[in-house]
Amino acid sequence: MASPEIDVRYVADLARLDLTDAEAATFQKQLSSILGYVAQLEKVDVSGVPAFSGPVVNNLREDVAGESLPVEVALSNAPKQDNNLIVVPKMIE
Amino acid sequence: MAEYEAVIGLEVHVQLKTNTKMFCSCVNHFGAAPNTHVCPVCLGLPGVLPTPNKEAVIKTILTGIMLDCDIAPRCKFDRKNYFYPDMPKNYQISQYDQPLCDRGAVTLNLLAYPKDVQNDPKTVADKKIRLVRIHLEEDVAKSTHFETSSSIDFNRAGTPLMEIVSEADIRSPEEAFAYLTALKQILIYGGVSDADMEKGQMRCDVNVSIRPKGQQEFGTKVEIKNMNSISAVRKALHFEIARQIEDVESGTTIIQQTRRWDDGRSETFMMRTKEKAHDYRYFPDPDLLPLNTEEGLLAEAKSRLPELPAAKKARLVKDFALSEYQASVLASEVALANYFEKAAAAAKNKSAVANFLLNDYLATGVDVNAIPLPAEYFSELANLVEDGKISTKQAKDVFAKMVSDGKSPAVLVKELGLSQITDTAELEKLCEQAIAANPRSVADFKAGKTNAVNALKGQVMKLSKGKANPQAVGDILLKKLQA
Amino acid sequence: MSAHFYTESVSSLRRKLAAKEVTPLEVANDLLARIEAVDPKLSAYNFKPDAEKVRAAAAAADVSKPLGGVPIAIKDVLNVEGDPCTCSSKLLHGYTAPYDATAIAKLREAGAVFVGRTNMDEFAMGSSTENSSWGVTRNPWDTERIPGGSSGGSAAAVGGHEAFAALGSDTGGSIRQPASLCGCVGLKPTYGRVSRYGLVAFASSLDQIGPFTKTVEDAALLLEVISGHDPKDNTSAKRPVPKYTDAIKKDVRGLKLGVPKEYFISGIDPEVQSAIKAAIDQYAKLGAEIVDISLPNTEYACAVYYIIAPAEASANLARFDGVRYGARVKNPKDILDVYRSTRAQGFGPEVKRRIILGTYVLSSGYYDAYYNRAQKVRQLIRQDFTNAFQKCDAILTPTSPTAAFKIGEKTSDPLQMYLADIFTIAVNLAGVCGVSIPCGFTQGKLPIGLQIIGAEWGEENILRAAHAYEQATPWHKELPAI
Ligand SMILES: [Mg+2]
Ligand SMILES: [Zn+2]
Repeated sequence: MASPEIDVRYVADLARLDLTDAEAATFQKQLSSILGYVAQLEKVDVSGVPAFSGPVVNNLREDVAGESLPVEVALSNAPKQDNNLIVVPKMIE
Repeated sequence: MAEYEAVIGLEVHVQLKTNTKMFCSCVNHFGAAPNTHVCPVCLGLPGVLPTPNKEAVIKTILTGIMLDCDIAPRCKFDRKNYFYPDMPKNYQISQYDQPLCDRGAVTLNLLAYPKDVQNDPKTVADKKIRLVRIHLEEDVAKSTHFETSSSIDFNRAGTPLMEIVSEADIRSPEEAFAYLTALKQILIYGGVSDADMEKGQMRCDVNVSIRPKGQQEFGTKVEIKNMNSISAVRKALHFEIARQIEDVESGTTIIQQTRRWDDGRSETFMMRTKEKAHDYRYFPDPDLLPLNTEEGLLAEAKSRLPELPAAKKARLVKDFALSEYQASVLASEVALANYFEKAAAAAKNKSAVANFLLNDYLATGVDVNAIPLPAEYFSELANLVEDGKISTKQAKDVFAKMVSDGKSPAVLVKELGLSQITDTAELEKLCEQAIAANPRSVADFKAGKTNAVNALKGQVMKLSKGKANPQAVGDILLKKLQA
Repeated sequence: MSAHFYTESVSSLRRKLAAKEVTPLEVANDLLARIEAVDPKLSAYNFKPDAEKVRAAAAAADVSKPLGGVPIAIKDVLNVEGDPCTCSSKLLHGYTAPYDATAIAKLREAGAVFVGRTNMDEFAMGSSTENSSWGVTRNPWDTERIPGGSSGGSAAAVGGHEAFAALGSDTGGSIRQPASLCGCVGLKPTYGRVSRYGLVAFASSLDQIGPFTKTVEDAALLLEVISGHDPKDNTSAKRPVPKYTDAIKKDVRGLKLGVPKEYFISGIDPEVQSAIKAAIDQYAKLGAEIVDISLPNTEYACAVYYIIAPAEASANLARFDGVRYGARVKNPKDILDVYRSTRAQGFGPEVKRRIILGTYVLSSGYYDAYYNRAQKVRQLIRQDFTNAFQKCDAILTPTSPTAAFKIGEKTSDPLQMYLADIFTIAVNLAGVCGVSIPCGFTQGKLPIGLQIIGAEWGEENILRAAHAYEQATPWHKELPAI
């Protein structure tokens, strides 16, 4: 984490987030300061330390069918639909 | 022109046969009205959580065992982040650095190759294609594209999907064909998937590059998508390899790209070049606890391990006295092998049943997964021949009727009035008649022309209108003539 | 003149309802009138409660049930079937939840009446409830000040007596810190104690649902109702639910209470510091044994948190894209525009900031340096707590380094805002439990909170300690002058 430089526009693009120039500039500054702060973790000796994880527990679901939603409820919050299908502008492969 | 060799690796996605989806209890079934098998979880609504399907985990482990993989004692699920409208959460739950199954191999048995190359000396029977890994993930929704819009049906979203990644060990389109055929066989054997490419139950992305024979390093690889059958994979590879050789020969640099196979035009077309690498930002899914496969899961999968093709073939040769070839063909389809075992159960001559089934019945174009005839008919038919009740020739007629009318051989023999005369007294009478009516043949026989007996036999058959058992008639005639 | 009930605790209200001294409908009407009178000053609720719906639910309530007829306010991040669930985000204005969160279903089953949706920082990201599409919520003790966050609406509603109790969610202190700043009890259960199903996720490995109440007994009662294994949450523990309402009856004699030296260094307001010191002395007087402990990796907790929480959030919030739900941008150019503009217009600046930060720390080339390293330091922090709990039964710390600050005071410097969670964050990272209870006031009459931290599944210990202190002190009886 040596460099707290962050390419805000590149990252915002990965996150599918449009930024105004003003936002990009503000975030650039704020995020650099936050990354500067978190850089203190470099000081911690983590050799041989496992990464945190939840307990290893096989909480698995039996393969038994349950109820689905009625289609009108399932799509009740959809911004655009047609013939019980969700509609979006044409997808590019 | 230099000689080139192709280097091919396959990524196969297989839909698992389960009752429910991977992370919710919606029914895993295709063909329903749009968006009727959906719930808050598989729609990715705010606040929902995934609950993993035990059966899908067990079936993936079972696949791993069948393909000689190392099964991870501990594994986890990860989030693969990318935005796409067919993916409700905009991340796919998959497995990144701890897949359920590691390594393993698919063996290309001879019959898995396309028929036209099975006798080709270049065909390497029992070649092993190594696997990199097998992991478990969730499928995406199905979208339909129109002029300016796309429509999405989430019924398929979140159904369990197994991804099987091979090493780039495949060297020809025919080996790719054999790989998919052999893999499909195993998946069906384990009851893991129906693996029908035409139904999208098995989908494959192909990576192919070429290099001059003898060269160690790989060429630039090209990915091909959109093949809807195993034959299409073979065709697409032939086209693509030829295209790449042509480019190299003409001095055109091959660029890394994804191409789409157009089955109608039998060509691949460029979809996109890989100018930007994906940044999937994998990380362990915090909604799902890691799994310990050694706690019940592995044992359960092992208990379901079926007899695999190689073992089945060996057993058919040993226990059913079949030829290697008969056994291989039967073992190549688990449904066929199972049918055969029932069909041959009561037969005295099991090889005869195999012949009826493979040479006669399959030639009628029957679907081996849904054979309509009761299996016992085959034993019955074979035993009628074996016991001398009907001739081999008559058996052919009975067989044809059995297939067309669906009646049992015993019933047909009666209906057709075919049953052979095996009653010795009646046969003796017929033989005496023939001897009395043909003194010349008798004299010939006595003079040492032993095949004169055949003329007499023919007479007896004529007298019996073909119903006499020729074997028995021969025996009786000889006895009488030599007396 | 009719009697008022709104200052009652849930437990005392329960006794009156069960004894038929009052009907659920009278309680509901009294509370609705109180909300009508006070909420314009506090803006604790995102919408005016649907009075007819509340009355109908109250009229139908079965008072023989554990919470029969008790109105409870719900943070606007929990799904209640048929109600809006906006997470105080413009992106979800107009969204109607098609299902109940498990904690909601359990409250419903216990007879509770849902009274409204409380304000919060958008998607629970913040410590002041200033990051809300519905506007800022005000502190009942001083309306110029923030109520804390992210569950500021729930805290202000309970602290301002416009709710008997409320549910909130706590990812890095979002229940305990606002409870502390609004003078009420706020409990963050052990990770896995309460099902997260139906809680709109901020950071999945840290989030827990918990109660805001006026008394410790009420917190025990609510926790008892909402806890337990849920097959819909893979991280929910298969453990029986103890009778927390019985656990609080024991005194603290012989209980070992740890005081971590690292929590009393710099940055603490002197008034807060002295209130906490006094609380520790009070415990000693009550017969608890005070022991020195050390949580050496606490100093890294904020840094770890601001890597892990945004990373998880960046994926959790990817689903808000305007495809299946959410305010899709008008006339999008193409599918990318649906995503980019919907999210740009729907999310506020704090959410955008954290999504970018979280996306960055997971991106190619940075994962090991940030996310993976943070998860290792997190493991060290968990280990600190494991070690500490071999020496003590619970740990005492301030909940927040300062009392409530002024609205707008810290909005321009996110890092300073983040550091306000310094005492609560480590509890979430370690997955243990914690409760904040009132332990005094500043000169300016702002509430101060004491945080009592318990081990994994240590809720009985912290509730017992909290109850003993509460019974021995007057703080919880004070009413804000609104
Ligand atoms: Mg995949
Ligand atoms: Zn579903």
